[in-house]
Amino acid sequence: MFKWLDPYAKSETLYHFCGKLLPYLMVSALALLLLGNIWGLAFTPADYQQGDSYRIIHIHVPSAIMSMGAYAAMASAAFVALIWQIKVAHWAVLAIAPIGATYTAIALITGMAWGKPMWGAWWVWDARLTSELILLFLYLGVIALNGAFSDRQVGAKVSSLLALIGVINLPIIHFSVEWWNTLHQGASITKFARPSIDPSMLWPLLISILAFAVLLMALTCLRLRTAILVNEQHRPWVRKLVGGQ
Amino acid sequence: MVSSIFLQRELRLLARQKADWLNPLLFFIIVLSLFPLGVGPEPNMLRIIAPGVIWIAALLSVLLASERLFKDDYRNGVIEQLVAGRQSLLAFVLAKTFANWLSTGLPLLLLSPVVALLLGLEQAALGAMALTLLLGTPLLSLLSVMGSALTMAADKGGILLALLILPLYIPLLIFASSAIEAASMGLGYQGQLAILLAMLLLALALVPMAVTSALRINVS
Repeated sequence: MFKWLDPYAKSETLYHFCGKLLPYLMVSALALLLLGNIWGLAFTPADYQQGDSYRIIHIHVPSAIMSMGAYAAMASAAFVALIWQIKVAHWAVLAIAPIGATYTAIALITGMAWGKPMWGAWWVWDARLTSELILLFLYLGVIALNGAFSDRQVGAKVSSLLALIGVINLPIIHFSVEWWNTLHQGASITKFARPSIDPSMLWPLLISILAFAVLLMALTCLRLRTAILVNEQHRPWVRKLVGGQ
Repeated sequence: MVSSIFLQRELRLLARQKADWLNPLLFFIIVLSLFPLGVGPEPNMLRIIAPGVIWIAALLSVLLASERLFKDDYRNGVIEQLVAGRQSLLAFVLAKTFANWLSTGLPLLLLSPVVALLLGLEQAALGAMALTLLLGTPLLSLLSVMGSALTMAADKGGILLALLILPLYIPLLIFASSAIEAASMGLGYQGQLAILLAMLLLALALVPMAVTSALRINVS
């Protein structure tokens, strides 16, 4: 596997590989997003208790799941970057961080919009909400830490280390609804048990989750390509690519 | 052996730079005395907000003390020498953390009766506060040593350190203040203390490793 992966540690190969993937990822993300969200927001039956306002689940749940998925991806990249000293992995960390932060912010904002009609409050200090807020702070911390060093390489390494440290928050977010009596409900979709959500609502939700995942990959490819160009701007292949002298 | 030499050095430095640890203590007292002035000296009100106020003041004063933790050692090359030499970096980190706790956490613990007096805490809550400070301040020291090591070589360390470390303090703040609150209502608080102890042990096992790798990264 390492033999197969090894060439992608080289920035030029990775740049072209991302470029090849990007159109497929973008198109399928867009298609899935349209399908899942239009199906979920317009064509699913209303909830017997929550009426139409539950429909925000089709944005809230995918963004919340993928905010953690993005963090896991970012931390894996950080792990690879620190253990095997691979430069492009550091850039991947920084490519993912703002996307993950945005997903987290979307999850928090849609959660607030959902909480207002259901719980009667925009925000309650329960464990799920608080730990998700900490996740947002961790993302912002990684971004801010990277910008604080005059030596870019040290900044990249230190922010990767912080990304790795923050992994401790992921199980806390995931299990917060089980460890504490939270106002936030438990999981409705589980792998092993029968989901406690009707199939007519489940399918568009699953498609939306997939859409957010593919969108994450597409945006990461896009940002990683830019990061490679910026960081390698003095290399001959980049100069040739952008048509400079 | 090596640890004790490092510890002696840290303590000697602290003895020579008294402002580094006295100012955060003063800051702690001043922040605490601002609250009764800000929200009004109503005893019942003070008793309700006391647990949170005490811990927020403690967090901020430890944060204040940790900003310069590694800065001088970094600037004058001590850390570079340690990384380059064959001394145990872990011993250095542990000594640093322990010295930090001795100079910031322990004084907070000793000051806690005075604090209880200022905020009108009851006897029962005083014990809970002392216990949470006993378990919580070493954790604070570990986390702030970590933050300080991460931002050691950063150009604008101060505010960045606060941004990184304050979110990590949140779980500690929640459980510590809920323990004091439970005690002041006459309820048991062993559960919160057990979680604080668990967090402390987990941090003690993992944080020193993170700090040593942060130090290595910063001088590489």
